[in-house]
Formats: sequence, C-alpha cells, structure tokens
Amino acid sequence: MNAVVRVQTWIDERFNLAESLAPLREKTVPIHKYSYWYLLGGITLFTFLVQLCTGVLLLLYYRPTANEAFESVQNITNHVQFGWLIRSVHSWSANLMVFCAFAHMFSVALTKAYKKPRELTWVTGVFLLFLVLGFGLSGYLLPWNTRAYFATKVGTEVAGRVPLIGHMQMVLLRGGEDVTGATLTRFFGLHVVILPALTVGMLLIHLLLVQKFGTSVPVSVLTQWQQHPDQRKEMPFFPNFFLRELMGWYIALGCLVALSVFFPWELGNKADPFSSAPPGIKPEWYFLAQFQTLKLIPSRILFIDGEVLGILGFGLGAGLWLGLPFIESLLGCRRGRWIRVGILFALAYLMIMTIVGYMAS
Amino acid sequence: MVTRALPGECPLEKSPAEIMTRRSWARCLLGAFAASLATVLYPVLRYVAPPPESAVSTNAALAGTLGELIPNSGKTFRFGSRPALLVRLASGEYKSMSAVCTHLGCTVQYRPETKQVWCACHNGCYDVNGKNVSGPPPRALEAYDVQVRGQEIYVSRKQAA
Repeated sequence: MNAVVRVQTWIDERFNLAESLAPLREKTVPIHKYSYWYLLGGITLFTFLVQLCTGVLLLLYYRPTANEAFESVQNITNHVQFGWLIRSVHSWSANLMVFCAFAHMFSVALTKAYKKPRELTWVTGVFLLFLVLGFGLSGYLLPWNTRAYFATKVGTEVAGRVPLIGHMQMVLLRGGEDVTGATLTRFFGLHVVILPALTVGMLLIHLLLVQKFGTSVPVSVLTQWQQHPDQRKEMPFFPNFFLRELMGWYIALGCLVALSVFFPWELGNKADPFSSAPPGIKPEWYFLAQFQTLKLIPSRILFIDGEVLGILGFGLGAGLWLGLPFIESLLGCRRGRWIRVGILFALAYLMIMTIVGYMAS
Repeated sequence: MVTRALPGECPLEKSPAEIMTRRSWARCLLGAFAASLATVLYPVLRYVAPPPESAVSTNAALAGTLGELIPNSGKTFRFGSRPALLVRLASGEYKSMSAVCTHLGCTVQYRPETKQVWCACHNGCYDVNGKNVSGPPPRALEAYDVQVRGQEIYVSRKQAA
C-alpha cells in the first residue's frame, strides 16, 4: 500500500470521507450551447482566491497611515523583489473579479437562472457583488494617491447625500467629517478584515445553495430537451467539469500575469488633501456609469438637488435588482416578460454610460 | 392540562395560568438577554462613531503673499481643515472662496482660459464670485473676504450683516 492510499485510508476510517463526498460524485452539469457561461462563477471565485493570496503578501510591507501608505506602496513597487508583480496582479485581479462577477450575474439574469427555487442563490450573489464593489472602493484608497483620494471623497460624499442617514454613514465611513488618515485606517480595516470575513461567509452560503439546487438549465434548452429527450446531455461535475473549470482558472491566471507584466499598475502621485482635483480625474471603470450619470444630471430637478435624486435612483435600482426573482413572480408569467427588457435596458445603460464616461474628457 | 412526562416521570398537573407564567417568564428572560446584548452593542456603536473634532471651524487663514500669483491665476490653500481657493483676476483684484465643490465635495481650481472656477470631477463651473453657473453643482461656493496686510494676503469668513 503506497503512502497516498495509506493517508486516504487513515482519513477515511475517521471521517468517512467517501460518504461525505458522495453527493459531489453524483453532481452533474448540463451540456448545451450556453454551457461555457457556467465557468464564469468559478473564475470569479478564482480571482477572489488570487486576491486573498496577493493581499496577504502585500500586508507584509504595507503601512496603513496617511504619512506612510504611499511610500510603503512605492517601496513594494520599487524595492521589494517582485513587489511590482504582486501589486499589479492584485490590482488586475480585482478588476477581473469585478468584470467576471458582472458577467456571471448578467448571464444568470438573462438565462433566468434566478427563478424558483434559486431566489436566495441570486440574493446572496447580488450581496457578493456589493461586497466586491466594497472591496473596490476600500482598496482603491489604500495607496493614498491623488486619484484614490478624490474617488474616496466623492464615493463617501455620495453615501453622505442619502436622506436622513446620509451624514451619519458618511462620518462613520470617513472616521470624521473629511477624508483623512482616519479614513485610510478605517478602509484598511474594512478591506482586510471585515469585507473578507463577510465575503467568505456569503460565499459559503452561495456555494451551498448552488450545490443544493444544482445547475440551472436555460428555459429554451429545457423546452428543447422536453421535446427531444434524446438531446439531453450532462457531464459529471467531478472530474469532467472540474477539469474544464481548472483550465478556465489557468487561462485566467495567464491573462492576469500577462496584463500585470505588460501593463503594470501605475501608482500616480501622493494625495494632497489641499490641492485641486486634477483634470481628467475618473473613478475605476466599474463606477464610471454612476459617475457619468452624476455628471449629466441637472443641478436641480423640481425641488430636489440633482445628485440626491441620482443617488436615490442608484439605491432604487440596486433594491429592484436584488429583488428581481420576487418581482418576476409578483408580476406573473405574461408581464414577467418585461423583466428581460428591464435587464437588457440595465445592461445597455451600464455599458453606454461606461463608454461615454471613458471617452469624456 | 396534563403535560407529557418523560419516561420514568410522573405526569405533571399544570393549570394554563401556570404555563402562561412560565412562558411569560421565558419572555422576560429573553427580553433581559436582548437588553444585555444592547449593553454590549451600545459601547461598540459609540466606539465606531468618531469623537467630535475640536477646533474644526476656522475664521481666518493666511492664503499667500503678494506677487506669488500672476494676474489671471489661482491657488489652493489650507483654510482650517478644508481647502480654499485664492484667485487673482486679470485686473489684479483678489477673490477667495471655499474650494470644496457643492456637488460632491471635490476640490475646485481656477481655469485661466475660461476665467472660471472649475471642478474636474463632474465638470461643474462657478464664476469668480463662487456662484454656480453650469454643470451639476446645486449651490454657490462660500465666498471669503480678502485682506492684504503688508506683503501677506489674509482670507476670512464674511461677517454676517
């Protein structure tokens, strides 16, 4: 008996591993023309794991104070061996994570995979997206450069304009009235402890629900299968789909390293709280649509400040998005078709506003 | 009312009133537990809210020196804990105002080519008196008084009439 089998037997005798893993062996993944979309959730998970690993490595040298943060990132980039690579992979992986999370979410929305019984899988997924955006906002400030400073100023001011609770949540986020070193310390705590803990918890629930309800099949494919049962195809999750997923992860890793090597993430200039916002300043691409909306909205609409209306609109949009499966079941089958129009409108709006924001001077 | 007894126990005779008493006692305990949780949460919440900052409000500040700014230019300077803007018009006159954009709090700057105060974040424009003239800003910037004392330029909040 070789060593691997001996270890396996040792574990099996104590924990009955074979029985625990039995459901995984029975799990199957449907094969059809949209099957590749199933890989996106896994790739998002992979980028999150990359974030955890590179984040821990960055913690070895990063110092979260207004006086030292910028210099410590400069030190990581210029002096620590392969520091530039670790930081660049962390930044690119963050962007890839947001992109994959959005793509995964819209693929789920457009194939209506959120319908009964997967409503809570959708809700946990949307919460995960909010957490990912929270990571984006909090991590962006940590290098304490000019772009980060103004992005945080605007981002927290947006939170501050919410009626009634706005000022309180802005002060809580900033650790005071203004964006200062206290904000940096708070965002650091959020970024490295609170958000990861919440994300891991939410991710576990999300994965358990995915495991519980299995993989959803799009309605069009399901109808086709019902008419022609011989066309129904499935593959075992382990090892067939698992190995395909690993290939996806490996390609994602290759893309990450290539992007980091050929387009290393810039650091910019150290933040100066008393200098003007530089011309052409913009947030990261995933906040560009909201940024552009706030830019275009008039200063006053009726008796309300334009930006307050815009921010309330974002909140309403997020709420509707979260409750999508419930709204669809409330509307019923016939009117539920408008949901797809709404999803396509949301997608088109986000894409067009992002492009307009990117092109704007 | 007869409650179900465990094996080896005698059935217990209890009146509904006594059961309600037991239930309301359990509710009391639950309430006390919730209250004890609140006593734990309250200090935590107060801890998370930052303490009020002392001496945040400033009424006057040194903005710069004469000759520092050429005509038709501007600079930002520290006014208490916030940035402020000093502008020297083409005529040589000085103007000063808060540099915190009334839209979403970015720091504005003076643009010599348009002779306006401009916010780079969301393209908001103000005139040299701080009045919002285009773009998303909903209100004017707070204008300050400028006083020249010797070679130094001092800026102060406008006195209420």
